[in-house]
Amino acid sequence: MMVLITYDVNTVTAAGRKRLRNVAKQCENYGQRVQNSVFECLVEPAQFVVLKNQLENIIDKELDSLRFYFLGANWKRRVEHIGAKISYDPEGFLNV
Amino acid sequence: MKRLLNTLYVTSQGAYLSKEGDTVHVKVENETKLRIPIHNLGSIVCFGQVSCSPFIMGLCGERNVSLAFFTENGRFMARVEGPVSGNVLLRRAQYRKADDQQTTGELARSIVVGKIANSRIVLMRALRDYPGCAGVEVIEGAIKKLARIMEDMKHIYSIDWVRGKEGEAARIYFEAFDYLITGQKDEFYFKERTRRPPLDNMNALLSFLYTLLTHDVASALEGVGLDPAVGFLHRDRPGRPGLALDLMEELRPILADRLALTLVNRRQVKGKGFIKRETGAVVMDDATRKEVLNAYQIRKRDEITHAFLDEKISLGLVPHVQAMLLARYFRGDLDGYPPFRWR
Repeated sequence: MMVLITYDVNTVTAAGRKRLRNVAKQCENYGQRVQNSVFECLVEPAQFVVLKNQLENIIDKELDSLRFYFLGANWKRRVEHIGAKISYDPEGFLNV
Repeated sequence: MKRLLNTLYVTSQGAYLSKEGDTVHVKVENETKLRIPIHNLGSIVCFGQVSCSPFIMGLCGERNVSLAFFTENGRFMARVEGPVSGNVLLRRAQYRKADDQQTTGELARSIVVGKIANSRIVLMRALRDYPGCAGVEVIEGAIKKLARIMEDMKHIYSIDWVRGKEGEAARIYFEAFDYLITGQKDEFYFKERTRRPPLDNMNALLSFLYTLLTHDVASALEGVGLDPAVGFLHRDRPGRPGLALDLMEELRPILADRLALTLVNRRQVKGKGFIKRETGAVVMDDATRKEVLNAYQIRKRDEITHAFLDEKISLGLVPHVQAMLLARYFRGDLDGYPPFRWR
């Protein structure tokens, strides 16, 4: 299933910037960055549980927020892209 | 059901693959081309001058992602393997069966029957799609002859006899094969199967597709814990994935031959995309190779109904399903091996 993950991490303090880096790093392990704080992750339900747990442990719930949007298996017709920063399709033909 | 994981094809010369967290990072001339999580991939296939960091090799081994290297023209060079995985009892069962004349013959027969049945379907489909094409009599004759061979094979299990019949069926099939090429006749024709090196465009195309298929089948076998080297129809030979070649036989007509014909007949590949070397060997140019890889990937996502399991799966999962059925047969959970039959 495709999960869209967005986050806001408070970066006023050095600890906040560290949390931001860690959230981004973890998301990158599971999906692709489509915009600055937005990730598209193609994961199995079990993998998602692991990822969610990891992210929850990183953030400070008083200051930061996480949002998950579930786009399911038929995600392709629910996504439209306009403009720069072309992404790849993890289910499509991967050729470099 | 297992999910069909994607394959990453690296064809850019000078590309460098490295590990970045849990992702595969592909760089070409110091520019990041792709960064993809390893869990989205089932295998990575590299063509030509592509290098990899030891860490990405380790990650692939650990996550059971097969990583293989081919020359630019698709000749297999090496594969990276993690620790020996799978079940030792299953492998032992496979070796015992391979040593037993009776089961060797039975299994080889199942595989060959599957291959002939699927070859027949390819011929019959051609007749259905192009009624009244040139060589109708030849194709019809081949269909009948193949049916007769299948009939002959009902009761006999001797391995040498099976090998003989396989050769006969292949000859009949390939004799009719040229008539299945309906477009670009002056550039694509089929007289006989030539390999190492392929000597004409059609043979070059077939050889390339067969290499891709061998890779997929060998990975599928390793995935269920079987040894791809110990074959039944194919005799053991160092460095030859005998069991992968066995299992490939029944899948060739559907996943490779049919696809090659479609690519030519729909003019997705052109004669000028093939280059003849001084030695007579024919190779494809980069654009054509890319087109073929793309078509192969799309083909693998086609949905079919597996006759034995009665379940809808993508064509790309068929090697995995057949490997699983083979493992069940070796373990004794199935009385015979059910080859894959295209409807």
